[in-house]
Amino acid sequence: MKKIEAIIKPFKLDDAKEALGAVGIEGLTMSEVRGFGRQKGHSELYRGAEYVVDFLPKVRLEIVVADEQAEKVTKALEEVCSTGRIGDGKIFVSPVEQAVRIRTGERDEGAISQH
Amino acid sequence: MTRKHFALMAAILLAPTLATAEDAVSPGVFTANNVWMMLAAALVFIMHLGFASLEAGMTRAKNTVNILFKNVFIICAGILTYYLCGFNLMYPGDFNGFFGFAGFGLDPGATGMSPAYADGGYTYWTDFLFQAMFAATAATIVSGAVAERIKLPSFMVFSTVFVALVYTVAGSWKWGGGFLDAMGFYDFAGSTLVHSVGGWGALIGAMILGPRLGKYAKDGRITPIPGSNMPAATIGVFLLWLGWFGFNGGSVLSADPELTSLTLVTTCLAAAAGGIGAMIAFTFVSSKPDLSMALNGILAGLVGITAGADVMTPLSAIIIGLIAGGLVVGSVLLFDRIKIDDPVGAISVHLTCGIWGTLAVGIFSTNPEHSFITQLIGVACYGVFTVLCASALFLGIKATMGLRVSEEEELEGLDYGEHGMHAYDVAPSSGSASPAPAKGAEGSYARQAALATD
Repeated sequence: MKKIEAIIKPFKLDDAKEALGAVGIEGLTMSEVRGFGRQKGHSELYRGAEYVVDFLPKVRLEIVVADEQAEKVTKALEEVCSTGRIGDGKIFVSPVEQAVRIRTGERDEGAISQH
Repeated sequence: MTRKHFALMAAILLAPTLATAEDAVSPGVFTANNVWMMLAAALVFIMHLGFASLEAGMTRAKNTVNILFKNVFIICAGILTYYLCGFNLMYPGDFNGFFGFAGFGLDPGATGMSPAYADGGYTYWTDFLFQAMFAATAATIVSGAVAERIKLPSFMVFSTVFVALVYTVAGSWKWGGGFLDAMGFYDFAGSTLVHSVGGWGALIGAMILGPRLGKYAKDGRITPIPGSNMPAATIGVFLLWLGWFGFNGGSVLSADPELTSLTLVTTCLAAAAGGIGAMIAFTFVSSKPDLSMALNGILAGLVGITAGADVMTPLSAIIIGLIAGGLVVGSVLLFDRIKIDDPVGAISVHLTCGIWGTLAVGIFSTNPEHSFITQLIGVACYGVFTVLCASALFLGIKATMGLRVSEEEELEGLDYGEHGMHAYDVAPSSGSASPAPAKGAEGSYARQAALATD
Protein backbone atom coordinates (compact mmCIF):
# COMPACT_ATOMS: atom_id res chain seq x y z
CA MET A 1 0.00 0.00 0.00
CA LYS A 2 1.09 3.55 -0.59
CA LYS A 3 0.21 6.80 1.16
CA ILE A 4 -0.14 9.78 -1.13
CA GLU A 5 0.18 13.09 0.66
CA ALA A 6 -0.59 16.14 -1.46
CA ILE A 7 -0.20 19.74 -0.33
CA ILE A 8 -2.27 21.90 -2.63
CA LYS A 9 -3.79 25.35 -2.93
CA PRO A 10 -7.03 25.52 -0.92
CA PHE A 11 -9.24 26.46 -3.86
CA LYS A 12 -8.14 23.29 -5.68
CA LEU A 13 -9.77 21.03 -3.09
CA ASP A 14 -13.02 20.45 -4.96
CA ASP A 15 -11.22 19.81 -8.26
CA ALA A 16 -8.94 17.33 -6.52
CA LYS A 17 -11.84 15.50 -4.95
CA GLU A 18 -13.58 15.17 -8.32
CA ALA A 19 -10.39 14.02 -10.06
CA LEU A 20 -9.86 11.38 -7.41
CA GLY A 21 -13.41 10.18 -7.81
CA ALA A 22 -12.80 9.87 -11.56
CA VAL A 23 -9.93 7.43 -10.98
CA GLY A 24 -11.89 5.37 -8.50
CA ILE A 25 -10.83 6.86 -5.17
CA GLU A 26 -13.78 7.52 -2.91
CA GLY A 27 -12.11 8.11 0.44
CA LEU A 28 -9.62 10.74 1.56
CA THR A 29 -8.68 12.95 4.49
CA MET A 30 -8.00 16.66 4.29
CA SER A 31 -6.48 19.07 6.78
CA GLU A 32 -5.93 22.81 6.73
CA VAL A 33 -2.26 23.59 7.03
CA ARG A 34 0.13 26.45 6.36
CA GLY A 35 3.41 26.31 4.56
CA PHE A 36 5.88 27.74 2.10
CA GLY A 37 8.45 26.48 -0.39
CA ARG A 38 11.38 28.05 -2.19
CA GLN A 39 9.54 31.20 -3.11
CA LYS A 40 8.51 31.99 0.47
CA GLY A 41 5.25 33.82 1.19
CA HIS A 42 4.16 37.36 0.46
CA SER A 43 4.08 40.71 2.22
CA GLU A 44 0.97 42.39 3.62
CA LEU A 45 0.17 45.80 5.05
CA TYR A 46 -1.60 46.61 8.33
CA ARG A 47 -2.18 50.20 9.41
CA GLY A 48 0.74 51.42 7.39
CA ALA A 49 3.33 48.87 8.48
CA GLU A 50 4.51 46.11 6.16
CA TYR A 51 5.08 42.57 7.30
CA VAL A 52 5.93 39.23 5.72
CA VAL A 53 3.46 36.37 5.79
CA ASP A 54 5.60 33.29 5.25
CA PHE A 55 3.12 30.58 6.11
CA LEU A 56 0.37 30.63 3.54
CA PRO A 57 -2.82 28.58 3.91
CA LYS A 58 -2.71 25.25 2.09
CA VAL A 59 -4.75 22.06 2.13
CA ARG A 60 -3.18 18.66 2.76
CA LEU A 61 -4.81 15.59 1.26
CA GLU A 62 -3.98 12.14 2.52
CA ILE A 63 -5.00 9.05 0.54
CA VAL A 64 -3.93 5.44 1.08
CA VAL A 65 -4.19 3.22 -2.00
CA ALA A 66 -3.06 -0.13 -3.31
CA ASP A 67 0.45 -0.07 -4.86
CA GLU A 68 -0.79 -0.33 -8.43
CA GLN A 69 -3.07 2.72 -8.07
CA ALA A 70 -0.43 5.10 -6.71
CA GLU A 71 0.83 6.22 -10.12
CA LYS A 72 -2.55 7.14 -11.64
CA VAL A 73 -3.67 8.93 -8.46
CA THR A 74 -0.47 10.97 -8.36
CA LYS A 75 -0.83 11.89 -12.04
CA ALA A 76 -4.49 12.88 -11.61
CA LEU A 77 -3.67 15.17 -8.70
CA GLU A 78 -0.69 16.67 -10.48
CA GLU A 79 -2.78 17.56 -13.51
CA VAL A 80 -5.78 19.04 -11.75
CA CYS A 81 -3.96 20.96 -9.00
CA SER A 82 -1.49 22.74 -11.21
CA THR A 83 -1.95 26.43 -12.04
CA GLY A 84 1.56 27.03 -13.31
CA ARG A 85 2.14 29.73 -10.66
CA ILE A 86 4.26 29.58 -7.51
CA GLY A 87 2.71 27.86 -4.51
CA ASP A 88 1.06 24.99 -6.41
CA GLY A 89 2.37 22.54 -3.82
CA LYS A 90 3.89 19.07 -3.66
CA ILE A 91 2.94 15.40 -3.66
CA PHE A 92 4.76 12.82 -1.53
CA VAL A 93 4.36 9.04 -1.85
CA SER A 94 5.43 6.79 0.99
CA PRO A 95 4.94 3.12 1.89
CA VAL A 96 2.26 2.07 4.37
CA GLU A 97 2.87 -0.90 6.68
CA GLN A 98 -0.66 -1.70 7.77
CA ALA A 99 -4.22 -0.47 7.39
CA VAL A 100 -7.30 -1.24 9.50
CA ARG A 101 -10.99 -0.59 8.79
CA ILE A 102 -12.23 0.18 12.28
CA ARG A 103 -15.87 -0.76 11.75
CA THR A 104 -15.29 -4.24 10.38
CA GLY A 105 -11.76 -5.07 11.47
CA GLU A 106 -10.61 -5.70 7.84
CA ARG A 107 -6.88 -5.45 7.38
CA ASP A 108 -4.61 -4.06 4.66
CA GLU A 109 -6.07 -4.47 1.14
CA GLY A 110 -9.51 -5.14 2.59
CA ALA A 111 -9.30 -2.00 4.70
CA ILE A 112 -8.62 0.34 1.79
CA SER A 113 -10.67 -1.31 -0.93
CA GLN A 114 -13.19 1.04 -2.50
CA HIS A 115 -15.95 -1.50 -3.15
CA MET B 1 -54.65 52.17 16.23
CA THR B 2 -57.58 52.19 18.60
CA ARG B 3 -59.78 55.10 19.53
CA LYS B 4 -57.87 55.33 22.79
CA HIS B 5 -54.59 55.74 20.94
CA PHE B 6 -56.00 58.49 18.76
CA ALA B 7 -57.30 60.32 21.82
CA LEU B 8 -53.94 60.07 23.55
CA MET B 9 -52.07 61.27 20.46
CA ALA B 10 -54.47 64.18 20.05
CA ALA B 11 -53.97 65.15 23.66
CA ILE B 12 -50.21 65.10 23.30
CA LEU B 13 -50.25 67.06 20.04
CA LEU B 14 -52.70 69.62 21.32
CA ALA B 15 -51.04 69.90 24.71
CA PRO B 16 -48.60 72.65 23.69
CA THR B 17 -51.45 74.84 22.49
CA LEU B 18 -53.11 74.42 25.87
CA ALA B 19 -50.04 75.67 27.76
CA THR B 20 -50.61 78.41 30.24
CA ALA B 21 -49.28 81.93 29.87
CA GLU B 22 -46.38 81.02 32.18
CA ASP B 23 -43.33 79.40 30.59
CA ALA B 24 -44.21 75.97 31.99
CA VAL B 25 -43.62 73.10 29.60
CA SER B 26 -46.81 71.15 29.10
CA PRO B 27 -47.06 67.57 30.38
CA GLY B 28 -47.17 66.25 26.82
CA VAL B 29 -43.98 67.98 25.76
CA PHE B 30 -42.32 67.01 29.06
CA THR B 31 -43.18 63.39 28.37
CA ALA B 32 -41.96 63.58 24.79
CA ASN B 33 -38.70 65.18 25.90
CA ASN B 34 -38.16 62.62 28.62
CA VAL B 35 -38.90 59.70 26.31
CA TRP B 36 -36.32 60.95 23.82
CA MET B 37 -33.75 61.40 26.61
CA MET B 38 -34.35 57.89 27.92
CA LEU B 39 -33.99 56.52 24.40
CA ALA B 40 -30.80 58.54 24.07
CA ALA B 41 -29.49 56.96 27.29
CA ALA B 42 -30.15 53.53 25.78
CA LEU B 43 -28.36 54.54 22.57
CA VAL B 44 -25.30 55.70 24.51
CA PHE B 45 -25.41 52.36 26.29
CA ILE B 46 -25.16 50.70 22.89
CA MET B 47 -21.78 52.41 22.50
CA HIS B 48 -20.41 50.08 25.13
CA LEU B 49 -21.48 47.19 22.93
CA GLY B 50 -19.72 48.93 20.10
CA PHE B 51 -16.50 49.45 22.03
CA ALA B 52 -16.47 45.85 23.22
CA SER B 53 -16.89 44.53 19.71
CA LEU B 54 -14.39 46.94 18.15
CA GLU B 55 -11.69 46.29 20.73
CA ALA B 56 -12.17 42.53 20.55
CA GLY B 57 -11.86 42.69 16.79
CA MET B 58 -8.72 44.81 16.76
CA THR B 59 -6.77 42.67 19.26
CA ARG B 60 -5.54 39.11 19.18
CA ALA B 61 -7.71 36.10 19.92
CA LYS B 62 -5.55 35.05 22.86
CA ASN B 63 -6.61 38.22 24.68
CA THR B 64 -10.27 38.39 23.72
CA VAL B 65 -11.75 37.29 27.04
CA ASN B 66 -9.58 39.83 28.81
CA ILE B 67 -10.59 42.79 26.71
CA LEU B 68 -14.25 41.86 26.86
CA PHE B 69 -14.05 41.46 30.61
CA LYS B 70 -12.56 44.92 30.95
CA ASN B 71 -15.41 46.36 28.92
CA VAL B 72 -17.98 44.49 30.98
CA PHE B 73 -16.37 45.69 34.20
CA ILE B 74 -16.25 49.32 33.12
CA ILE B 75 -19.95 49.69 32.41
CA CYS B 76 -20.85 47.99 35.68
CA ALA B 77 -18.40 49.88 37.87
CA GLY B 78 -19.00 53.14 36.04
CA ILE B 79 -22.75 53.23 36.56
CA LEU B 80 -22.41 52.22 40.20
CA THR B 81 -19.75 54.80 41.06
CA TYR B 82 -21.75 57.43 39.23
CA TYR B 83 -24.65 56.54 41.51
CA LEU B 84 -22.43 56.57 44.58
CA CYS B 85 -20.64 59.86 44.03
CA GLY B 86 -20.00 60.60 40.37
CA PHE B 87 -23.25 62.37 39.51
CA ASN B 88 -22.95 64.71 42.46
CA LEU B 89 -19.29 65.45 41.78
CA MET B 90 -20.07 66.37 38.20
CA TYR B 91 -23.18 68.38 39.01
CA PRO B 92 -22.58 69.78 42.50
CA GLY B 93 -25.09 72.56 42.11
CA ASP B 94 -23.78 75.80 43.52
CA PHE B 95 -20.01 75.50 43.93
CA ASN B 96 -16.73 77.40 43.67
CA GLY B 97 -16.34 76.41 40.03
CA PHE B 98 -13.44 74.03 40.56
CA PHE B 99 -14.58 71.36 42.97
CA GLY B 100 -17.89 70.61 44.58
CA PHE B 101 -19.78 67.61 45.91
CA ALA B 102 -23.51 67.38 46.40
CA GLY B 103 -23.39 64.28 48.58
CA PHE B 104 -23.36 60.53 48.20
CA GLY B 105 -26.15 58.70 46.45
CA LEU B 106 -29.05 60.22 44.54
CA ASP B 107 -31.72 62.66 45.68
CA PRO B 108 -34.26 63.99 43.20
CA GLY B 109 -35.44 66.64 45.61
CA ALA B 110 -38.79 68.30 45.39
CA THR B 111 -38.65 69.18 41.71
CA GLY B 112 -36.78 66.18 40.28
CA MET B 113 -39.84 64.67 38.62
CA SER B 114 -41.41 67.86 37.36
CA PRO B 115 -40.91 70.08 34.32
CA ALA B 116 -39.34 72.58 36.69
CA TYR B 117 -36.25 70.33 37.09
CA ALA B 118 -34.57 70.82 33.72
CA ASP B 119 -36.76 73.19 31.74
CA GLY B 120 -39.06 70.28 31.08
CA GLY B 121 -36.33 68.34 29.30
CA TYR B 122 -36.21 65.25 31.50
CA THR B 123 -36.56 63.98 35.03
CA TYR B 124 -33.79 63.68 37.61
CA TRP B 125 -33.63 59.94 37.09
CA THR B 126 -33.24 60.33 33.34
CA ASP B 127 -30.58 62.95 33.93
CA PHE B 128 -28.62 60.58 36.13
CA LEU B 129 -28.86 57.62 33.76
CA PHE B 130 -28.04 59.55 30.61
CA GLN B 131 -24.96 61.05 32.26
CA ALA B 132 -23.95 57.73 33.82
CA MET B 133 -23.76 56.15 30.36
CA PHE B 134 -21.43 58.96 29.24
CA ALA B 135 -19.15 58.54 32.25
CA ALA B 136 -18.29 54.92 31.58
CA THR B 137 -17.33 55.63 27.96
CA ALA B 138 -14.39 57.74 29.15
CA ALA B 139 -12.77 54.70 30.80
CA THR B 140 -13.53 52.39 27.95
CA ILE B 141 -11.48 54.62 25.68
CA VAL B 142 -8.46 53.85 27.85
CA SER B 143 -9.02 50.09 27.74
CA GLY B 144 -8.29 49.94 24.01
CA ALA B 145 -4.92 51.67 24.30
CA VAL B 146 -3.65 49.54 27.19
CA ALA B 147 -4.96 46.29 25.78
CA GLU B 148 -3.03 43.01 25.60
CA ARG B 149 -0.50 43.84 28.33
CA ILE B 150 -2.12 45.54 31.34
CA LYS B 151 -2.85 43.56 34.49
CA LEU B 152 -6.57 43.19 34.99
CA PRO B 153 -6.80 44.26 38.66
CA SER B 154 -4.60 47.26 37.92
CA PHE B 155 -6.89 48.33 35.12
CA MET B 156 -9.94 47.85 37.28
CA VAL B 157 -8.48 50.11 39.96
CA PHE B 158 -7.45 52.73 37.44
CA SER B 159 -10.74 52.86 35.58
CA THR B 160 -12.86 52.94 38.72
CA VAL B 161 -10.98 55.91 40.15
CA PHE B 162 -10.73 57.58 36.75
CA VAL B 163 -14.48 57.51 36.11
CA ALA B 164 -15.47 58.23 39.69
CA LEU B 165 -13.15 61.13 40.42
CA VAL B 166 -11.15 62.42 37.45
CA TYR B 167 -13.82 62.47 34.74
CA THR B 168 -16.40 63.86 37.13
CA VAL B 169 -14.44 66.71 38.70
CA ALA B 170 -13.17 67.74 35.27
CA GLY B 171 -16.67 67.51 33.87
CA SER B 172 -18.03 69.82 36.52
CA TRP B 173 -15.90 72.64 35.13
CA LYS B 174 -18.12 72.84 32.07
CA TRP B 175 -21.32 70.80 32.26
CA GLY B 176 -21.61 71.24 36.01
CA GLY B 177 -21.53 75.00 35.59
CA GLY B 178 -17.92 75.49 36.68
CA PHE B 179 -15.25 78.01 35.76
CA LEU B 180 -14.87 76.96 32.14
CA ASP B 181 -18.58 77.24 31.59
CA ALA B 182 -18.47 80.75 33.03
CA MET B 183 -15.62 81.55 30.65
CA GLY B 184 -17.69 80.65 27.63
CA PHE B 185 -15.95 77.38 26.79
CA TYR B 186 -18.24 75.13 24.74
CA ASP B 187 -18.39 71.35 24.54
CA PHE B 188 -21.79 70.26 23.31
CA ALA B 189 -21.56 66.51 23.83
CA GLY B 190 -18.08 65.84 25.08
CA SER B 191 -15.26 66.05 22.52
CA THR B 192 -13.23 67.37 25.42
CA LEU B 193 -15.01 66.18 28.53
CA VAL B 194 -15.37 62.59 27.39
CA HIS B 195 -13.16 61.93 24.40
CA SER B 196 -10.06 63.96 25.15
CA VAL B 197 -10.21 63.04 28.85
CA GLY B 198 -10.32 59.39 27.85
CA GLY B 199 -7.71 60.08 25.21
CA TRP B 200 -5.23 61.67 27.64
CA GLY B 201 -5.73 58.70 29.96
CA ALA B 202 -5.11 56.37 27.04
CA LEU B 203 -1.94 58.21 26.02
CA ILE B 204 -0.47 58.25 29.52
CA GLY B 205 -1.40 54.62 30.02
CA ALA B 206 0.17 53.50 26.77
CA MET B 207 3.32 55.49 27.51
CA ILE B 208 3.81 54.26 31.07
CA LEU B 209 2.87 50.69 30.17
CA GLY B 210 5.15 50.48 27.19
CA PRO B 211 4.52 48.80 23.85
CA ARG B 212 3.49 45.19 23.35
CA LEU B 213 6.33 42.71 23.07
CA GLY B 214 7.73 42.51 19.60
CA LYS B 215 5.87 45.55 18.25
CA TYR B 216 8.90 47.77 17.73
CA ALA B 217 12.23 46.34 16.66
CA LYS B 218 15.45 47.97 17.83
CA ASP B 219 16.19 49.19 14.33
CA GLY B 220 12.94 51.12 14.25
CA ARG B 221 10.92 48.69 12.17
CA ILE B 222 7.29 48.29 13.18
CA THR B 223 5.90 44.77 13.33
CA PRO B 224 2.14 44.91 12.81
CA ILE B 225 -0.01 42.97 15.21
CA PRO B 226 -3.18 42.46 13.17
CA GLY B 227 -6.56 42.25 14.82
CA SER B 228 -8.26 38.90 15.06
CA ASN B 229 -11.75 39.72 13.87
CA MET B 230 -12.49 42.40 11.29
CA PRO B 231 -16.25 41.69 11.24
CA ALA B 232 -16.39 42.35 15.00
CA ALA B 233 -14.43 45.56 14.57
CA THR B 234 -16.71 46.74 11.78
CA ILE B 235 -19.89 45.86 13.61
CA GLY B 236 -18.44 47.67 16.62
CA VAL B 237 -17.93 50.88 14.70
CA PHE B 238 -21.43 50.77 13.21
CA LEU B 239 -22.85 50.25 16.69
CA LEU B 240 -20.84 53.21 17.93
CA TRP B 241 -22.22 55.33 15.08
CA LEU B 242 -25.71 54.21 16.08
CA GLY B 243 -24.98 55.05 19.69
CA TRP B 244 -23.86 58.52 18.66
CA PHE B 245 -27.44 59.27 17.61
CA GLY B 246 -28.09 59.31 21.34
CA PHE B 247 -24.71 60.66 22.41
CA ASN B 248 -25.17 63.83 20.37
CA GLY B 249 -28.93 63.76 19.87
CA GLY B 250 -29.49 63.45 23.60
CA SER B 251 -27.04 66.20 24.44
CA VAL B 252 -29.64 68.65 23.21
CA LEU B 253 -31.19 67.77 26.59
CA SER B 254 -34.67 67.77 25.17
CA ALA B 255 -36.53 66.54 22.11
CA ASP B 256 -36.47 70.00 20.56
CA PRO B 257 -37.27 69.22 16.92
CA GLU B 258 -34.96 71.76 15.35
CA LEU B 259 -31.89 71.11 17.46
CA THR B 260 -32.19 67.32 17.62
CA SER B 261 -32.72 66.95 13.91
CA LEU B 262 -29.89 69.32 13.04
CA THR B 263 -27.60 67.55 15.49
CA LEU B 264 -28.30 64.12 14.00
CA VAL B 265 -27.61 65.49 10.52
CA THR B 266 -24.29 67.10 11.45
CA THR B 267 -23.30 63.97 13.35
CA CYS B 268 -23.96 61.63 10.44
CA LEU B 269 -22.38 63.93 7.87
CA ALA B 270 -19.25 64.19 9.99
CA ALA B 271 -19.08 60.42 10.44
CA ALA B 272 -19.40 59.83 6.70
CA ALA B 273 -16.86 62.55 5.91
CA GLY B 274 -14.50 61.10 8.50
CA GLY B 275 -14.60 57.73 6.80
CA ILE B 276 -13.96 59.20 3.37
CA GLY B 277 -11.33 61.56 4.74
CA ALA B 278 -9.41 58.66 6.23
CA MET B 279 -9.71 56.65 3.03
CA ILE B 280 -8.34 59.57 1.01
CA ALA B 281 -5.56 60.25 3.51
CA PHE B 282 -4.49 56.63 3.49
CA THR B 283 -3.96 56.69 -0.26
CA PHE B 284 -0.80 58.64 0.55
CA VAL B 285 0.38 55.61 2.51
CA SER B 286 -0.66 52.77 0.23
CA SER B 287 -2.78 52.08 -2.80
CA LYS B 288 -4.47 49.26 -0.90
CA PRO B 289 -7.26 50.61 1.36
CA ASP B 290 -7.02 49.61 5.01
CA LEU B 291 -10.37 48.71 6.58
CA SER B 292 -9.27 49.50 10.14
CA MET B 293 -8.19 52.99 9.08
CA ALA B 294 -11.55 53.64 7.46
CA LEU B 295 -13.24 52.52 10.65
CA ASN B 296 -11.04 54.83 12.70
CA GLY B 297 -11.93 57.57 10.24
CA ILE B 298 -15.64 57.23 10.89
CA LEU B 299 -15.04 57.46 14.62
CA ALA B 300 -12.71 60.39 14.11
CA GLY B 301 -15.46 62.28 12.32
CA LEU B 302 -17.91 61.48 15.08
CA VAL B 303 -15.55 62.62 17.82
CA GLY B 304 -14.69 65.72 15.82
CA ILE B 305 -18.28 66.92 15.51
CA THR B 306 -19.20 66.08 19.09
CA ALA B 307 -18.03 69.40 20.57
CA GLY B 308 -20.34 71.45 18.38
CA ALA B 309 -22.89 69.27 16.62
CA ASP B 310 -25.66 71.71 17.41
CA VAL B 311 -23.81 74.85 16.30
CA MET B 312 -22.51 73.72 12.93
CA THR B 313 -23.87 74.00 9.44
CA PRO B 314 -24.00 70.73 7.50
CA LEU B 315 -21.13 71.90 5.30
CA SER B 316 -18.97 72.72 8.32
CA ALA B 317 -19.74 69.27 9.71
CA ILE B 318 -18.46 67.70 6.50
CA ILE B 319 -15.28 69.77 6.57
CA ILE B 320 -14.68 68.93 10.24
CA GLY B 321 -15.21 65.25 9.46
CA LEU B 322 -12.89 65.23 6.44
CA ILE B 323 -10.13 66.90 8.43
CA ALA B 324 -10.67 64.53 11.36
CA GLY B 325 -10.36 61.58 9.00
CA GLY B 326 -7.06 62.90 7.72
CA LEU B 327 -5.82 63.68 11.21
CA VAL B 328 -6.55 60.22 12.56
CA VAL B 329 -4.51 58.52 9.83
CA GLY B 330 -1.56 60.83 10.43
CA SER B 331 -1.89 60.41 14.16
CA VAL B 332 -1.90 56.60 14.04
CA LEU B 333 1.25 56.62 11.90
CA LEU B 334 2.90 59.23 14.13
CA PHE B 335 2.33 57.39 17.40
CA ASP B 336 3.74 54.22 15.86
CA ARG B 337 6.73 56.24 14.68
CA ILE B 338 7.42 57.47 18.24
CA LYS B 339 6.83 53.98 19.62
CA ILE B 340 3.63 54.56 21.56
CA ASP B 341 1.72 51.35 20.98
CA ASP B 342 -2.04 51.81 20.64
CA PRO B 343 -3.70 48.55 19.53
CA VAL B 344 -7.00 50.11 18.48
CA GLY B 345 -6.05 53.70 17.62
CA ALA B 346 -7.90 55.08 20.66
CA ILE B 347 -5.42 57.90 21.26
CA SER B 348 -5.66 59.05 17.67
CA VAL B 349 -9.43 58.88 17.49
CA HIS B 350 -10.31 60.33 20.87
CA LEU B 351 -7.44 62.59 21.88
CA THR B 352 -6.24 63.95 18.56
CA CYS B 353 -9.72 64.37 17.12
CA GLY B 354 -11.24 65.35 20.46
CA ILE B 355 -8.87 68.31 20.55
CA TRP B 356 -9.59 69.04 16.90
CA GLY B 357 -13.35 68.93 17.49
CA THR B 358 -13.06 71.29 20.43
CA LEU B 359 -10.97 73.80 18.53
CA ALA B 360 -13.23 73.47 15.50
CA VAL B 361 -16.01 75.03 17.56
CA GLY B 362 -13.87 78.14 17.77
CA ILE B 363 -13.48 78.15 14.00
CA PHE B 364 -16.79 77.00 12.53
CA SER B 365 -19.46 77.60 15.18
CA THR B 366 -22.55 79.48 14.08
CA ASN B 367 -22.59 81.05 17.53
CA PRO B 368 -20.43 84.20 17.41
CA GLU B 369 -19.76 84.01 21.14
CA HIS B 370 -17.59 80.93 20.71
CA SER B 371 -13.92 81.77 20.46
CA PHE B 372 -10.90 79.77 19.43
CA ILE B 373 -8.85 81.07 22.35
CA THR B 374 -11.44 80.01 24.92
CA GLN B 375 -11.62 76.58 23.33
CA LEU B 376 -7.84 76.35 23.47
CA ILE B 377 -7.82 77.29 27.14
CA GLY B 378 -10.35 74.55 27.79
CA VAL B 379 -8.28 71.99 25.91
CA ALA B 380 -5.23 72.98 27.93
CA CYS B 381 -7.00 72.86 31.30
CA TYR B 382 -8.38 69.40 30.66
CA GLY B 383 -5.06 68.28 29.26
CA VAL B 384 -3.00 69.36 32.25
CA PHE B 385 -5.48 68.05 34.80
CA THR B 386 -6.05 64.70 33.15
CA VAL B 387 -2.37 64.08 32.41
CA LEU B 388 -1.48 64.82 36.03
CA CYS B 389 -4.23 62.60 37.43
CA ALA B 390 -3.68 59.74 35.00
CA SER B 391 0.06 59.84 35.56
CA ALA B 392 -0.38 59.78 39.32
CA LEU B 393 -2.81 56.90 39.05
CA PHE B 394 -0.80 54.76 36.64
CA LEU B 395 2.51 55.39 38.40
CA GLY B 396 0.97 54.77 41.81
CA ILE B 397 -0.55 51.51 40.61
CA LYS B 398 2.73 50.53 38.98
CA ALA B 399 4.62 51.10 42.24
CA THR B 400 2.16 49.18 44.39
CA MET B 401 0.26 46.50 42.46
CA GLY B 402 2.33 46.43 39.33
CA LEU B 403 0.91 47.54 36.00
CA ARG B 404 2.02 45.10 33.33
CA VAL B 405 1.70 41.33 33.04
CA SER B 406 4.82 39.17 32.92
CA GLU B 407 6.52 38.52 29.61
CA GLU B 408 5.48 34.87 29.66
CA GLU B 409 1.88 35.75 30.29
CA GLU B 410 1.86 38.33 27.53
CA LEU B 411 3.22 35.76 25.07
CA GLU B 412 0.87 33.02 26.21
CA GLY B 413 -2.11 35.33 26.19
CA LEU B 414 -3.99 37.19 28.92
CA ASP B 415 -7.04 35.00 28.48
CA TYR B 416 -5.14 32.12 29.99
CA GLY B 417 -3.00 34.22 32.35
CA GLU B 418 -5.68 36.47 33.85
CA HIS B 419 -8.79 34.38 33.39
CA GLY B 420 -7.84 30.74 32.97
CA MET B 421 -10.12 30.48 29.96
CA HIS B 422 -10.12 31.16 26.23
CA ALA B 423 -12.57 32.90 23.98
CA TYR B 424 -12.76 30.57 20.99
CA ASP B 425 -13.15 26.84 21.42
CA VAL B 426 -11.34 25.74 18.27
CA ALA B 427 -9.67 22.58 19.49
CA PRO B 428 -11.33 19.35 18.39
CA SER B 429 -12.86 17.68 21.42
CA SER B 430 -14.99 14.76 22.40
CA GLY B 431 -17.93 17.16 22.80
CA SER B 432 -17.23 18.23 26.37
CA ALA B 433 -14.25 19.32 28.41
CA SER B 434 -12.69 16.85 30.81
CA PRO B 435 -13.33 17.76 34.43
CA ALA B 436 -10.34 18.47 36.61
CA PRO B 437 -9.33 15.74 39.05
CA ALA B 438 -11.17 15.71 42.39
CA LYS B 439 -10.05 18.12 45.11
CA GLY B 440 -7.08 16.79 47.05
CA ALA B 441 -5.55 15.16 44.03
CA GLU B 442 -3.29 17.72 42.38
CA GLY B 443 -5.34 19.15 39.52
CA SER B 444 -3.52 19.88 36.28
CA TYR B 445 -4.36 23.61 36.57
CA ALA B 446 -2.68 23.76 39.99
CA ARG B 447 0.17 21.69 38.67
CA GLN B 448 0.72 24.03 35.74
CA ALA B 449 0.54 27.07 37.99
CA ALA B 450 3.12 25.54 40.31
CA LEU B 451 5.40 24.74 37.39
CA ALA B 452 5.04 28.26 36.07
CA THR B 453 6.62 29.74 39.16
CA ASP B 454 9.70 27.50 38.94
